[in-house]
Amino acid sequence: MTVLLEVADLATHYAAKDVTVRALDGVSFTLREGEVLGVVGESGCGKSTLARTVLRLVEPTGGAIRFLGEDITRLDRRAMVRRRRQMQVVFQDPFGSLNPRHRVGEIVVEPLEVHGIGDRVSRAARVAELLALVGLPADSAGRYPHEFSGGQRQRIAIARALVLEPKLLIADEPVSALDVSIQSQIINLLAELRVRLGLAMMFISHDLSVIRHVSDRIAVMYLGRIVEIAPTADIFERPAHPYTQALLSAVPHTDATRRRERILLSGEMPDPAKPPGGCAFHTRCRHAMPRCSVERPLLVPRTIEGGAVRETACHLY
Amino acid sequence: MADAPLLSVEHLDVTMRGIPVLEDVSFQIAPGETLGLVGESGCGKSVTALSIMRLLPNPPGKIAGGRILFDGIDMTALDAAGLRAIRGDRIGMIFQEPMTSLNPVYTIGDQIGESLIVHRGMSGSAAKAETAKLLDLVGIPSARNQLGRYPHEMSGGQRQRVMIAIALACRPKLLIADEPTTALDVTVQAQILDLIGRLRVELGMAVLLITHDLGVVAEFCDRVAVMYAGRIVEEAPAAELFRRPRHRYTEALLHTMPAANPPGRKLPSISGTVPAPLDRGDGCIFAPRCGFAVPRCTAELPPLEGAPHRLRCWNPA
Amino acid sequence: MTTTAILPPRRLIARTLGTPGAVAGSVILAILVLGAIFAPWLSPFDPNATRVCPRLAAPSLQNLFGCDLFGRDIFSRILHGARLSLAVGLLTVAISLIAGTFLGMVIAFLGGRADRIGVRLLDVMLGFPAIVLAILIVAVLGVGAFNAALAVGISGIPRIARVIRSATLTLVGREFVDSARAVGASQTRILRRHLLPNLLPIVIVLGSLDLGSAILSTATLSFLGLGAQPPTAEWGAMLSAGREFMRYAPWTMIFPGLALFLAVMSVNLVGDRLSHVLDPRASGSDG
Repeated sequence: MTVLLEVADLATHYAAKDVTVRALDGVSFTLREGEVLGVVGESGCGKSTLARTVLRLVEPTGGAIRFLGEDITRLDRRAMVRRRRQMQVVFQDPFGSLNPRHRVGEIVVEPLEVHGIGDRVSRAARVAELLALVGLPADSAGRYPHEFSGGQRQRIAIARALVLEPKLLIADEPVSALDVSIQSQIINLLAELRVRLGLAMMFISHDLSVIRHVSDRIAVMYLGRIVEIAPTADIFERPAHPYTQALLSAVPHTDATRRRERILLSGEMPDPAKPPGGCAFHTRCRHAMPRCSVERPLLVPRTIEGGAVRETACHLY
Repeated sequence: MADAPLLSVEHLDVTMRGIPVLEDVSFQIAPGETLGLVGESGCGKSVTALSIMRLLPNPPGKIAGGRILFDGIDMTALDAAGLRAIRGDRIGMIFQEPMTSLNPVYTIGDQIGESLIVHRGMSGSAAKAETAKLLDLVGIPSARNQLGRYPHEMSGGQRQRVMIAIALACRPKLLIADEPTTALDVTVQAQILDLIGRLRVELGMAVLLITHDLGVVAEFCDRVAVMYAGRIVEEAPAAELFRRPRHRYTEALLHTMPAANPPGRKLPSISGTVPAPLDRGDGCIFAPRCGFAVPRCTAELPPLEGAPHRLRCWNPA
Repeated sequence: MTTTAILPPRRLIARTLGTPGAVAGSVILAILVLGAIFAPWLSPFDPNATRVCPRLAAPSLQNLFGCDLFGRDIFSRILHGARLSLAVGLLTVAISLIAGTFLGMVIAFLGGRADRIGVRLLDVMLGFPAIVLAILIVAVLGVGAFNAALAVGISGIPRIARVIRSATLTLVGREFVDSARAVGASQTRILRRHLLPNLLPIVIVLGSLDLGSAILSTATLSFLGLGAQPPTAEWGAMLSAGREFMRYAPWTMIFPGLALFLAVMSVNLVGDRLSHVLDPRASGSDG
C-alpha cells in the first residue's frame, strides 16, 4: 500500500517564559493508506502535540510532514485549507469540541460550507447521510449539542470529521471521556467506518487496551520522542524498550492470567523543558548504562518474523 | 465474616431534590479489608462515599433511610461536632482531582499539619515533625524541604501523595478513596496504588476504593461491589467476581472491555442507556437493557441475596 | 458542567423576571421607556416653552413637578429628558460594546504580539479615570449631547475589551475552535461564526450593566456643562441648573435627580438579573 503520511524528524518547541519546552523532539514515522497507527504514551509525552502539529494547528519548529508526498509544512494558508479536506480530526472532549451555540446540522455541514462543496439541497442530503452513517436519529440536525449524551456527541464529531471524505482521520483520545459501555460503541463505529471508507487513522490514546484493539501498529512515546514503534501484536507480546515494558506492566487487568510482573518506575517524568541528556528515559530505566546518559539512541529498524519491521530507540539492542 | 464489621452500610436510601439516587444500598467492610465499589458514571458510587462521610450537600441531597454504622456509631445520627471528630481522624478520604482538593494558597506542610493540630491537639512544631514523617511515608523525597511548597508546584502524582498524607495524618481505620487514580497516568497509577496497598498493610487500615476501572479493583481489592443505577447489583470476592460474574450487567460490562476481546474484533455493547431515576419500573433496573431478561425481571425487583457472592438477579449466569 | 443553554426568548424573559427586584426594575424601566416614547403626547406643555407657569412655582395639579427658573414645566422637561438620556445611554453603550467587543476578540484571537501590545494599550487607557478621559475627549470634540455620548462610549471601550479578551481566551482554548481550524475555516469565519455567538451572552450582560453608569456619566458631563446644552431638556443639565435654587425650590433638583436615580436603578436591577440568567455557570437552575 502507498505511504499516506510520512513524518520526518518533526520537532515542535514552545517558548514558555524563559525556557524552551520540547514538546516534540525529532519524531519520525510513516502511515500507509488505510492503516491505523496507535500512538500511546503518558501525559506530557507529546502525543497530542503530535496530532496538532500534523494537522498544522500548531506550527512545527523543524522537520517535515509529507502527505501523499507533499511537504505540508511548506504550504501557504490557501493550499493548506485545500489539504485539510483530506485530513480530519476527532478530539477527546465531546463537550468542548462542538460549538454549543450551533445546531448539529450546522456543525456537520460547516466543512462543506468552508470548502464550498455542493448547494443547500445536496449539503442537507449529505448531512442526513452522515448522521445515519454514525447512527444518530435523523431529527438530530435541528438540535443543539447539549441535548445529547457524551457518546452521541462523539458521533456528531465523527460525522463532522467524515463529511469531507478524508483519507486520514486523526483521533485524539476519542473515547477517553466516555464510560466503558459507551466506549465500545464508539470503538466499533470507528472500526466499521475505517473499513467502509478505507480510512487511515492516527489513533492517540493513553489507554493501552483501547490502542491494542484498534491499531495495526503502535508507536510508544516518551518525553517528545518515539521510543518504539512496531506491529501491535509484537509490542504487546515482546515489548523491547524498557519504557514500553514498564508501561505495559502497569496496566491493571481483570483477567488474572494477563497480568505481568509489575515494573514500578521510580520518580516522575522529567520536565520537557529540561529533558535529560542522552536517552530521555535513562533517569528511570532499570537497564541504564553509562552510554545512555550521553548518547541519544536513534530508532533502529529491525526486521522481525513475518517480514514486519520493529523500530526501537534503545542502546540495549 | 468473623470480625465485627468496621463499616456497615444498611439499606441506605439517598435522594437528591426528592429523586432517589441510592436505593437500598447495603455492604460491610471488615477491619483491614479492601472493598471496591465499581460502576459507570451516575451509578451512585460517589454519592455513597459522600453519604458515608455525611459530606453530601443537604439540600439537595438527603439520606432518606437506612443506617451507616462506623465502628458501632450510627453516622446518620451524628451532629456536626460528632462528625468532625470522625472525619479526617478515624475516616480519611481522598478524591479524584488532587489539584482542586488542595487549597492553592496554603503550603502542603500547613495542609497536612492542619488535621494533626485539629484532631490530635499537636503544637505547631510537633505537627511539623509529624508532617515530615508523613511525607516520607507517602514517598515524597527530602520531605523536610518539601513542606514549604505549594500544590501548583507539584505534579499530579505528587499532589495525590500529599492528599494521601493528609488523609492518613491521624492514622484512620478507614480510607475512602474516590477515583484516586483516574486523573493519573498508568505508571503513576501503579505507583499510587502500590503506595496505598503498602500503607494499608502497615497501618492495618480498611479501604473503600471507588472507581470505574474494573482492572484496578480486580488487582487491588479483596471484595468488589458492582453498582448500577443507584443499587448494588452484585458483590463477591474479587477473584471470583471477575472469573465468574453472575449478574448480567457485570457480565455485559466485562465483555465490552477491549481487553476482554481479540484485537480488531467487534466489541459487544450494552444496548440502550441507563433509565432516568423516575423512569424505573417495578422490576430489575437493568432488565430493559438485558439480553437474558425473563418476564419476572420486569415485574418484580430481585433482592440482593447470597453469601459470600451476593446477587440481585432473577436469571443469573 | 458548563453547558451554555440556549433559551428561547420567551423563556428568557420569564426567567429574567424571576425575582421581585427584577420585576420592580422592569416595571420602572418600562414606564420610563414608554414615557420617553410618548413624551410629545404625554407632556402637558412644550418642554422648552418659557413662562407657561410662574418662575420656580411649587408642584401643583397643573404643574405636577413644579416649574423652573424660566417658568418651564419640569414634568414635561423630564419626560423629554428621558428620551435624550435613554437614547444617549444606549448610544454610549453601543459604542463601547461594539468597539470593545471587536477589539477584545481580535487581540485575544490573534494572540502573541498583537495581544501583548493591545493589552498594554488597554491598561494605559484603563489607568485614566473614565470620566477624566471623557472630559478630555469632549475637550477635543467640543460640547454637546452627541459628543458626550461618544466620549463616554470611547472611555468605556477598554474595560469591555479587557473582559471580552479574557472571555475569548478561554473560548480559543476550547476544542471547537481547533475543530473549526481543522476543517479549514478562515479566521474571519471563526471570529464571526464561532467566537461571537459564544460571547454574546457576556456582551448583553456587560451592556445591561453598563447602561446605568452610561446614563449617569453622560448626565454628569451635562451637569458639568460639557454635554447637552441649554435649552435642551436633559436630566444632568436640569440638575445643574436647579442646584442654585435647592434651598427655596428643591423640586427643580429633586425630580431630575429622582428620574436619574430610578433610571439607573431599574437598569441595574434588570441587568443584574440578566447576568445571573445568562451566566452559563448558573447551571440552568434558578437561584
